[in-house]
Amino acid sequence: MRIHVRHVTTYTYDTPAHSITQLLRLTPRNHQGQTVRKWRIDLDCDGQLKASEDAFGNTVHTLSLAGPVGALTVAADGELDTLDTNGIVRGAVERFPVGLYLRETDLTKPSAELIEYAKALEGPDILTTLHNVLARIYRDMRFDKTPTQATTTAAEAFALKSGVCQDLTHIFLACARTLKIPARYVGGYLWRADGDARQQQEAGHAWAEAYVPDLGWVGFDPANGISAMAAHVRVAIGLDYLGAAPVRGSRTGGPGERLDVAVSIAQNQ
Amino acid sequence: MAFDEMTTSDGGVRAPYAGIAQWLKDTPAETLKTRGKEAELLYRRGGITFAVYGDLQGEERIIPHDIVPRVLARKEWNTLAKGLEQRVRTLNRYLADIYGPGECLKAGIIPEDLVWQNPAFRPEMVGVDVPHGIYVHIAGVDVVRIDPDTFYVLEDNARTPSGVSYMLHSRDVSLRLVPELMDTHRVAPIENYPDQLLASLRSVAPRRQSSEPTVALLTPGQFNSAYYEHSFLADKMGVELVEGRDLFVRDEVVYMRTTQGPQRVDVVYRRIDDDFIDPLSFRPDSTLGVPGLFAAYKAGNVTLANAVGTGAADDKVIYSYMPDLTKFYFGEEPILKNVQTWRCRRPDELRYVLDHLSELVVKEVHGSGGYGMLVGPHATAAQIEDFRARLNANPSNYIAQPTLSLSTCPTFVESGIAPRHVDLRPFVLSGSDGIRIVPGGLTRVALREGSLVVNSSQGGGTKDTWVIE
Amino acid sequence: MLSRTADSLYWLSRYLERADYVARILGVAIRLSHLPGAGAGGANEWRSALISAGCSDAFDKIYSEANAETVMEFLAFSDKNPSSIKQCLGTARFNARSIRTALTSTMWETINGAWLDLQAMDLNSLVKRERSLFLEWVKDVSLRFDGSAYRTMLRDEGFWFSRLGTYVERADNTARILDVKYHVLLPENATVGGGLDYEQWAAVLRAVNSLTAYHWVYRDNLKPWLIAELLILKPQMPRSLISCYQTLVESLDKLAESSGRQGPAQRKAREVALKLEQSKIEKIFDVGLHEFIETFLAENNALGSAIVEQYLI
Repeated sequence: MRIHVRHVTTYTYDTPAHSITQLLRLTPRNHQGQTVRKWRIDLDCDGQLKASEDAFGNTVHTLSLAGPVGALTVAADGELDTLDTNGIVRGAVERFPVGLYLRETDLTKPSAELIEYAKALEGPDILTTLHNVLARIYRDMRFDKTPTQATTTAAEAFALKSGVCQDLTHIFLACARTLKIPARYVGGYLWRADGDARQQQEAGHAWAEAYVPDLGWVGFDPANGISAMAAHVRVAIGLDYLGAAPVRGSRTGGPGERLDVAVSIAQNQ
Repeated sequence: MAFDEMTTSDGGVRAPYAGIAQWLKDTPAETLKTRGKEAELLYRRGGITFAVYGDLQGEERIIPHDIVPRVLARKEWNTLAKGLEQRVRTLNRYLADIYGPGECLKAGIIPEDLVWQNPAFRPEMVGVDVPHGIYVHIAGVDVVRIDPDTFYVLEDNARTPSGVSYMLHSRDVSLRLVPELMDTHRVAPIENYPDQLLASLRSVAPRRQSSEPTVALLTPGQFNSAYYEHSFLADKMGVELVEGRDLFVRDEVVYMRTTQGPQRVDVVYRRIDDDFIDPLSFRPDSTLGVPGLFAAYKAGNVTLANAVGTGAADDKVIYSYMPDLTKFYFGEEPILKNVQTWRCRRPDELRYVLDHLSELVVKEVHGSGGYGMLVGPHATAAQIEDFRARLNANPSNYIAQPTLSLSTCPTFVESGIAPRHVDLRPFVLSGSDGIRIVPGGLTRVALREGSLVVNSSQGGGTKDTWVIE
Repeated sequence: MLSRTADSLYWLSRYLERADYVARILGVAIRLSHLPGAGAGGANEWRSALISAGCSDAFDKIYSEANAETVMEFLAFSDKNPSSIKQCLGTARFNARSIRTALTSTMWETINGAWLDLQAMDLNSLVKRERSLFLEWVKDVSLRFDGSAYRTMLRDEGFWFSRLGTYVERADNTARILDVKYHVLLPENATVGGGLDYEQWAAVLRAVNSLTAYHWVYRDNLKPWLIAELLILKPQMPRSLISCYQTLVESLDKLAESSGRQGPAQRKAREVALKLEQSKIEKIFDVGLHEFIETFLAENNALGSAIVEQYLI
């Protein structure tokens, strides 16, 4: 499947910002199910983008701009070929042993209720357990498609019984790690099978990967109750949202920031 | 009966303390009392204070200073110093290993989960080329003594150890309040500590740095409990004391905002915890840090001292492996002893601990400041039961050790001169040009009779520490 | 020097100067309130003190009546008034503590000692006599701080930033007291010369510590236009606007020398100083003293902002 992605983030400031610093994780890499044909990041301001690799193997760009900056547009744009691999991710950049992905983070720390919930989902083998978790989250949690800016923890989202894809992924991670299954966060894009060939979305997508002995890393999309497929474009991984966030930024000055995100995804056979 | 560093069990006086014993005999209690008061005044007027977390009333407190110095003979110190150097070499090598090749894991010396699941381990640091390969530039190693020949390491502090300003001030106080005693002893000087620290920090500037490197001390600000020390050290080193907002990063280079425009910074002696140093790489809600600092660090444009993630080497479980690590990396026998440690994460050791709670000291693996600790022999039945429940609920969060009979030193208290338990925190500096240790360190004293808790937040005081020729 | 350090030095000096000023206007209010006929003709000295301190609106949000008790409490001790003496000293000490290493030990001990003394005082139970003593103590603290800065600080950037803070604040204070007293005392068609007027004008001079200076300079009775001239245009009078601006120009020149750059702050200070040098008191009265002062206060504020923009952020 050939997927074209254009992800445009626009910031506008009531009073121009003095300076802006951002870390961008907006560049996908290849694995067996995904080949990047072309990809670029454009800025509408004069500024330097420095590329590097983070500890998890993600491509990161640091952006620093000296002000005054009244508005800034960051556009990631590119094209990939993807294959359906039944969610199994092979040939990706792996920098850590699997055991690292059992780490608890602030965002994925489970509450007592969440631990109890997870424990009831344990199946006869790991793959069954993971499918139980996937199915139950999909059933029990309401998927809220409107993006929020606030960062919610797994425990908070679980208590609300709803959340954006990021929150449902955190709940999935908390469950998996509670059951001693290594799991990680994936940030990327999803071409929705139930939509048009060209789709406008308000944000990127997020899902989880869990480690199954003999299979390796397998993608689970709790917001849609499915395994990751050819329609999932994998951009960055981390222990939670913070490790894979497309943009982490800060600025001095520039009160009254307005943020506008537009993601367009098109599929051509 | 604990080992007293001055008086032997038969009532004699140990040689290093001959002068002190005579002076104590000759000086009336009234005089000692007056001088004790003067010492307090010196601290108070100088604003040499610390803040206790969660204590809103006493915003700024001073640490009681005991004017009777603690004495180590040069020979005792030399052995100790060698042991400290070896210990810090091990800490540095261990960190380079876990953030690099992971040899100790492959060899099975350290169980993997103690690294990968360690909350103080920073995955972000893996593969970072740390300038000169040094992680712990400033270490505070807590040492206790139980007999004339035996020093134990009680705890390694590899994150942002504090207390060195108290070491320096207690020497100042000695010079002002017991000059006659100093006159009769040849006390090894410690006043050059700030110079040594600065030299050490400069030696670890990124290699491409050609001109004199610029060092800055990064503080969380004046509400931090150790703020006084931060400003004191910056002043003595002649470097800027900066807060996060004074620094900024452009194109992966760190600058200070000055009245004359941006000035490049090469080495940041940071007294901010890992979590807070850069909101773009660590806690996003941190307002104390510098956005982009970690990227600049990874790019090799600035040195952070200590490095990020050094806490992975100093928790109380990893502590228990230090002697093995010294042997593994250097093929050397550890010079300083480790206190026997039961790792409650292991079911057999947990069982032993639960059966002997009233004899043991139980500590949280990542605890500090004397908080979250059970001192079995001094605990009530209720406290013991409380810890039993905690241990059962989360065994891997605890270790246990035997109650050590810490040495005592003569100390001036309400009732006059009496023995009180002490520990010692020497400060070990690691630079690209070697290891530096000023003779002595910070002696902390538990002022309550019989107490083994020397932490300033829990009623501990300080003493000047003399290494004499 | 770190911009933040310069900023703290600047504000530390401003707050100590302000504490001194507030103490002076309270002292004057106490004095005037003892005069026979005080409070008559709408001349409420306590209200006037509030206006002079620039705190009248904030006061009205909390209190219903301006009298000795309420105004003293609000201007001297209140935690709700950021310009109260107590808050000024607290803020000054906070700034000092954050930049301890940029202060000499004498300066630090002055400000820290004052703060410690303040903590030990039971401010709410001060009786009348003690109140006057308290105000004297405040003036003394400010004087000691100023003196220790003058005596012990290196003549480098830190010193000049501290001077800037002192003199921008001092110019503001002098201008304010002139403005307030002008309103209170010169309603149109009123004649000047009565005993009460004399006391009111003397009070202005006392507030800026210049009653004796007036007599030395003019060897004349108190005349409102001469008082205005003294406080605006006489360079030998250390609290006059012109004297403040001469010091500001000098301090900014020193800063420009060390950085090799002149900027908006230097230009602004020079412009205001020049205008003062070329002014005549008759002209000022022609235009209207009030209008003149309003313009001056705005320009002084603009200089403050220019200093902040150029050096402190």
